[in-house]
Amino acid sequence: MRLPRLDGLRGRLIITVVVVALISAVTATALAYRESRDAVLKRAQNAAVEDFRNRVQQQATELDVPTDPRAMARLATDVASGMRASLVVVQYRDFTASSDPAADRTRITPELRVAVRTQSRVSLQRVEQGGKPWLVLGAPVGMDATGGRGGSGQRSGVEIYAVVSLAEEEHDTAELVRSVQRGLLPVVLLAAVLALLAARTVLRPVRKLARATRRLATGELTIRVEEKGRDELAELAHTFNETASALENSVGELREQEALARRFVADVSHELRTPLAAMTIVSSVLEEDADQLTPDTAHAARTVSAETAKLTRLVDDLIEISRFDARAVALTVHSVDMAEAVRGTLAARGWTDRVEADLPPGIRARLDRRRLDVIVANLVGNALRHGAPPVTVTVRAVGDRLSVSVADHGPGLAPEVARHVFDRFYKADSARSRSEGSGLGMAIALENARLHGGTIELAPPAPGVGAVFTLRLPLRTESAS
Amino acid sequence: MPHVLLIEDDMSVRDGMELVLRRHGHEVDAVATGEAGLELLARPQGGGIEIAVVDLMLPGIDGFEVCRRIRARSQLPIIMLTSRGDDLDVVSGLEAGADDYVVKPVTGRVLEARIRAALRRSGPATRTASDDFAGLVIDRAGLTVTKRGSTVPLPPTELRLLLELSASPGRVFSREQLLESVWDHDFLGDSRLVDAAVGRLRAKLEDLPAKPRYIQTVRGFGYRFGPL
Repeated sequence: MRLPRLDGLRGRLIITVVVVALISAVTATALAYRESRDAVLKRAQNAAVEDFRNRVQQQATELDVPTDPRAMARLATDVASGMRASLVVVQYRDFTASSDPAADRTRITPELRVAVRTQSRVSLQRVEQGGKPWLVLGAPVGMDATGGRGGSGQRSGVEIYAVVSLAEEEHDTAELVRSVQRGLLPVVLLAAVLALLAARTVLRPVRKLARATRRLATGELTIRVEEKGRDELAELAHTFNETASALENSVGELREQEALARRFVADVSHELRTPLAAMTIVSSVLEEDADQLTPDTAHAARTVSAETAKLTRLVDDLIEISRFDARAVALTVHSVDMAEAVRGTLAARGWTDRVEADLPPGIRARLDRRRLDVIVANLVGNALRHGAPPVTVTVRAVGDRLSVSVADHGPGLAPEVARHVFDRFYKADSARSRSEGSGLGMAIALENARLHGGTIELAPPAPGVGAVFTLRLPLRTESAS
Repeated sequence: MPHVLLIEDDMSVRDGMELVLRRHGHEVDAVATGEAGLELLARPQGGGIEIAVVDLMLPGIDGFEVCRRIRARSQLPIIMLTSRGDDLDVVSGLEAGADDYVVKPVTGRVLEARIRAALRRSGPATRTASDDFAGLVIDRAGLTVTKRGSTVPLPPTELRLLLELSASPGRVFSREQLLESVWDHDFLGDSRLVDAAVGRLRAKLEDLPAKPRYIQTVRGFGYRFGPL
């Protein structure tokens, strides 16, 4: 059997039950011990008092008052021999006689002596000495107390004390405690076993629920748990099943919408591209022949060609962003030399002379080169359009992270612009003039970064520095869609 | 003048492309369906057609099937016309045997450049030696490949790729290098072209395509011929 974890529900339940069992057992033992000890001692005490009284009554009749030490010693010895007393002391005025002259008399306390002098009955006191319990009895020898001489109630002046050991009674009660202690371990073990059984009845359905939840989280939306009984656990299972059903329905609807969105994107893509394809190819003919046309016609031809190219880019970017929305994009990941890749991006767009590149050799990353080109081209294009020279591109690799920073020396971005720089169709100028690009470039760049598990950050404004955008990516991106 | 078969269902696109191709000096057979294109190719000597430009989205038999049927009986260079971002279509088209693809909308200049590059791959090779690689004989003059005495028919792109790799056995070529040298692409060409062509070559040359001897993958870098 696996040991329960102490911080788990099973561990906590076992600890609680065992602690409760222990507290119950210890409390019960303590109460039983106290009661039985009291009862035993009371019985021993009563018997000792009775015995003492009888002995003193029997022997005190022989005592003449005033008495002498010899008679007192005889009385002490006679009383002691007839009872379990380890010591009997007889006191008369300044005389003291003892059944055992060597015995320690300090067990007869001054308080007891005072009680004996002031009361006419047997007084008693329990004392501890040498780690042992003793019962000390005392009585005046006289009518009321002992029925001896001076029966008229007058005191004879003789006091008699007996010291009785209670060790035997103490031993009996201690034995009782020991036997209870011996029973504690089985009780605790039994409690632990019962707690385990109880925990199982609770934990089994809880574990089933946990397993089902994990499978639900991995997308197994049809998972359900058995609803057994009418207790709280059954209610929990019922709630889980209701939640799973609701989730299945919602996800089903979302997937349906997603499929529709993808279908729509594909259809729009095809429907838009077909006329654009015709316009593009034909306008390229017009542009080629523009030099042979009249100036007005040539201008018209070039305008149509340029606007067709812009429209094509806008449609391409719109479709691209829609594909991100519909999650219909995929990465084609290869090992790429970063310096070579960034240089290629700059060269392909004729930016090599306009951009300062800090590209350390030997930095290789696993990523989608085409998408990296889109990101870098958008960031550099943005810096060239809106910033001021020099524009710099810096590639760095630290640990397992890659960064590509694009900085310009323009005025930087105002905070309200910075907040929206990755928004679609965001224009810092409220006049809504047409931008050179599609207005989607930065949004597409950010989506491409996210697709790689990365991000694009805009550095906070700093004096003497323009806008600094930093693409951060893992050095190794796994193919994903 | 190179003779081009253009299969494109949209009339405006077809007319525009035909116009551009003719202006660049090509003889053009432009048809709207795959069936019509295959019929033209079924003529003696394939009707003299030297390259096919095939749209993937066609009524009737689609562009993939047209590629497969062309590849089944000839090594004619094929360029696919696709829409941007249709990644699955690109991969499927390359697997069906296309050598290259262009994304619509395409300018006349780009289309012409791709056609020229594909035709160059069918042209004579620069080296005139014959190499024997453990039973795989590559005749660089006759542009033929035989394996254990049997001819292995290869379309121009695959043949050019094999010639490029085997010219320097043991040297690692990156996908970008191969794109530039075999496809005449700029660096932004799609490396899936290389992967697909390597896959097709392995299927024809290797005894166990899953454990290739001739064209080996160097993980993280590219491909290498041998060592055997």
